[in-house]
Amino acid sequence: MQRTERRSLWHLTVAAGLAPGRFMEDAQGRVGVAALAAGAIGPSLEKLRGQSVLVACGRPLAFVQALLRLDGVAARIVICPPDLAPAFLPAVIAEARADAIMTDGAAPAAHPAAGLPVLACHVAPELAVKHPLPADQDRGAETEWILFTSGTSGRPKLVVHTLSSLTGPLDDGPAASKDAVWSTFYDVRRYGGMQILLRALVGGGSMVLSQAGEAAAAFLGRAGAGGVTHMSGTPSHWRRALMSAAADQISPRYVRLSGEIADQAILNNLAAAFPAAAIAHAFASTEAGVAFEIGDGLAGFPAALIGRPGSKAELRVKNGSLHIRSARTASRYLGGGDLKDAEGFVDTGDMVALRGGRYHFAGRREGVINVGGQKVHPEEVEAVINQQPGVRMAQVRAQPSPITGSLVVADIVLEPSAGPESLADIKAAILAACRAALPAHKVPALLRAVTSLDIAESGKLARRYA
Amino acid sequence: MTIRSTIMELVVEIAQQHGKKLAPLSDNLPLLDSGLDSLCIAVLVAWLDERLGLDPFAADGDASLPVTLGDFIRLYENATD
Repeated sequence: MQRTERRSLWHLTVAAGLAPGRFMEDAQGRVGVAALAAGAIGPSLEKLRGQSVLVACGRPLAFVQALLRLDGVAARIVICPPDLAPAFLPAVIAEARADAIMTDGAAPAAHPAAGLPVLACHVAPELAVKHPLPADQDRGAETEWILFTSGTSGRPKLVVHTLSSLTGPLDDGPAASKDAVWSTFYDVRRYGGMQILLRALVGGGSMVLSQAGEAAAAFLGRAGAGGVTHMSGTPSHWRRALMSAAADQISPRYVRLSGEIADQAILNNLAAAFPAAAIAHAFASTEAGVAFEIGDGLAGFPAALIGRPGSKAELRVKNGSLHIRSARTASRYLGGGDLKDAEGFVDTGDMVALRGGRYHFAGRREGVINVGGQKVHPEEVEAVINQQPGVRMAQVRAQPSPITGSLVVADIVLEPSAGPESLADIKAAILAACRAALPAHKVPALLRAVTSLDIAESGKLARRYA
Repeated sequence: MTIRSTIMELVVEIAQQHGKKLAPLSDNLPLLDSGLDSLCIAVLVAWLDERLGLDPFAADGDASLPVTLGDFIRLYENATD
């Protein structure tokens, strides 16, 4: 087999062109891609060669700068999301065998007590750009890119990608033209945001990055002023955008949804709001990568996508769950545990149901509820409810919501001794306990008293997903 | 009780429950500037479905998402026609 020379993110970005108009912007300002490329060269990087480097930056552009520096030099780039709880940091450092931390000093994870060397990473000032750029150092290493699974109740899992697995999906969707200005509601340190960042860097375009804590209207204003042409987010991101008075600030020609179920209503709403835009919904996860992108304006995906060995992403439905095999999937979990089955398929845990020649998504197998992009495990809510006097058992489940995709609701079986007159008091006590113990998105929006709950043959509560 | 007064009552109750400070409510106020976040609005829609039996978003998937409080109230008032 012929071995092709590995091209680093820095090489791909520079090869796409460093025209003066090419820029990256976050809430703190705008910088030329040429300046980012120039700021990614330096002999000081040599001491990180072959090392595992944890990148914890508050500013998204400082993170982009770190990526350009480290890919092809470091053995491993550990991509900390901005909301990583500092309490998880020691375990992350141990699992990733981190040798050093690169930070702009503004992230919660910037100052661990681990005693690791800390390297500064700031966005290069424009004045530092020299033309032509000095010869770059060796960037031949096959760097591992470590991404975090999105917020579950426990510590996130660390997922191993490479530049190659992450750029695999760049052939999908519209060809990345050099005049494209990309943007995403996702943080670029999440898989969904990373996909857009790589399209901008490798495709030769520009990008307006969102930043944690920025109001939706302010971000949309920046996106509009930056002339954004291609924009992505979850259905919940887009619903919030359409409900903000600032949605008319943007006029994208490509609108992409991923990360949650795209229902027909949000597809129709986006088509009405942006009549000139191509609207596509993609299926992707941190582990499985991008499986497909659907552009026909209809929810779900054609059954014809299943099977098709040899396609870029091979799909299979097994026990109701979508399985994916492709070169775009992650290779493994850093902490162990099976990411793929014996045949190389990733089980997404996303349940699908066939209706009228299309598969439609029907929720998570484990019953995990996605409230506006934040995951809720029913069991943690049930545990709080079950402690309340008068409650025999509770089942927490998802109820569809046109605003957040899903909401948490609970069915309650009361103790026989609890008379109907005490129902209101018990409900009030349950809600008070949930509010004290859980963040707002995990508190049931509705409580319903039922006479019984289904128990599966396993002896566990029967969890339905359709 | 009118649909409008039911909505206003629930808005105040949800804001209290979620510890949100409400802006002075008027028909021209963008919902997301009212003090309620997306989660609060999702809860409001679920409560209205339970209280009034109305879900204007469910019908055909073509209801446009409301921007102002007035848009929101009209959506529910029109759903009874």
